[in-house]
Amino acid sequence: MSNLLNISSSPHVRDKSSTKSIMWDVFLALMPAAIFGIYNFSVKPRDINAILLIVVCIATCVLTEYIWQKAMKLPLTVSDGSAAVTGLLLALNLSSTFPIWMAIIGSVFAIIIVKQLFGGLGQNFMNPALGARCFLMVSFAGQMTSFTYDGVTGATPLAQIKMGTGTPKLLDMFLGTTGGTIGETSVVALLIGAAYLVARKVISLRIPVTYIVTFAIFAILFGQHDIMYLAKELCGGGLILGAFFMATDYVTSPITPKGQIVFGIILGVLTGVFRIFGASAEGVSYAIIISNLLVPLIERVTIPVPFGKEGIKDGK
Amino acid sequence: MNSCTERLKNGIITENPTFVMMLGMCPTLAVTTSAINGLGMGLTTTAVLILSNAFISLLRKVIPDKVRIPAFIVIVASFVTIIQLLLKAYLPFLDSALGVYIPLIVVNCIILGRAEAYASKNPVLPSIFDGLGMGLGFTFGLTCIGICREVLGSGAIFGKEFIPSDYHITFFVLAPGAFLVLSFLTAIQNKLKMPSATNVETAGTEIACGGNCAGCTGASCVANKGLVEAERAAAKAAKAQAAKEAAEKAKAAKAAKAAAEKKED
Repeated sequence: MSNLLNISSSPHVRDKSSTKSIMWDVFLALMPAAIFGIYNFSVKPRDINAILLIVVCIATCVLTEYIWQKAMKLPLTVSDGSAAVTGLLLALNLSSTFPIWMAIIGSVFAIIIVKQLFGGLGQNFMNPALGARCFLMVSFAGQMTSFTYDGVTGATPLAQIKMGTGTPKLLDMFLGTTGGTIGETSVVALLIGAAYLVARKVISLRIPVTYIVTFAIFAILFGQHDIMYLAKELCGGGLILGAFFMATDYVTSPITPKGQIVFGIILGVLTGVFRIFGASAEGVSYAIIISNLLVPLIERVTIPVPFGKEGIKDGK
Repeated sequence: MNSCTERLKNGIITENPTFVMMLGMCPTLAVTTSAINGLGMGLTTTAVLILSNAFISLLRKVIPDKVRIPAFIVIVASFVTIIQLLLKAYLPFLDSALGVYIPLIVVNCIILGRAEAYASKNPVLPSIFDGLGMGLGFTFGLTCIGICREVLGSGAIFGKEFIPSDYHITFFVLAPGAFLVLSFLTAIQNKLKMPSATNVETAGTEIACGGNCAGCTGASCVANKGLVEAERAAAKAAKAQAAKEAAEKAKAAKAAKAAAEKKED
């Protein structure tokens, strides 16, 4: 009775989801890609480095956040799992032969500089895992771009297409049996995780779909006018991983529906520019980071009109 | 002579151009890739600063107020040209390392700032020491940043490599590293509560300079000073008011007690 007539200020629609449940959903959704990465880069070539990278990145991120919050006398938020997700994402963005100590530096950078110095979860203006990836890219370009697959160091499929040095098979790229970072190679594993997130309503399809469609249009217009080329560009590199798991990060993407579509279009265009006109074959991480910086502006121009004020202009 | 030592301390610690006033950021961020570059840039700027402060102070009664900025720039540019030619002749390695940033000393805000704020209003000797203090403060800041970036980015101090090249973090030699190191050093400076102008605490205000910049007469600073003084006066008045109220309260309580005692009687 009293619950029925309970009067309170908004929000009135409540949900059981919390930061913790969402973060663990994301963590779970990344598991297919992580497991495939471990199979592809650790089990098959009998090299422990990839699995070690995943464990070390997660452990360092969680530990760094714990130590920082203890030292700064902040409320502990380690159990919400955001640091673990950051660590996992960072590991999935690294080459399987990447040195462990560099990964530790990257994890500390992600948590302290990108996340905690700006106020912790919810305040960071840039995706911590991607910020750290770009930091490592700038610092250790050689180790970041040396990819080994099946014991052979070679170019990623995307680089082969760009340089014209080889014709990778589309099926290999879709299944993930190619060189690349630990988590980005298998499109099918990533799509399974993404489907889980969409089914759980953790992410909406607005950002990933506009991102991928915009990129596809851009690639067809300015790249090679060939459907196989397009399919390989879509399956290659970090596009799927970025579009579903990193561009959709709540903190660093717009909250307004219109803004999310604008965000996706900017991402697609930037990725296309970097991949097709840039010096490097890959451009997803820089595209996402630059778009992250534009989010406050996007949100400002796409504030939805409050219910009941549709016809009213200038507040009159 | 007292004001001369005060000027030195002011330049190096209280109003350190790099960590407190955040002036001359262009050379600070651009040339501090190594300790020797930072030191060289700092000392070059110091030389220009001392000479230009001295000459502007000498000419302060001659320069018409309306055209003072162009006049300052002509003086500064002359000294920068002299210094640049001297560097080219005697320290060519430093000249090539600093490159375009030596001619750019002309537009360094520290030099014009000191000319405008101090040298154009004060006698020669304090102006020279003001230039020396500011220059040493700038040199200190640049060398600190240079050392940090060189150690982390190239594993060396003053060109002596002690960390093998596999362990260099290139990030710190590049532009973002400069921003990061500068911000961390400034944060440490603030955390340690160095007695600088920005660490002055005034009751409840967030005015950075604290109204404590001796010799600074910029319009905003005057406004700030007024604000800070008003704030301080208000705080004082509030304190006095509170004390008065407390006294009155105590008096009232005493009276009430006395009345109650009387009643009991």
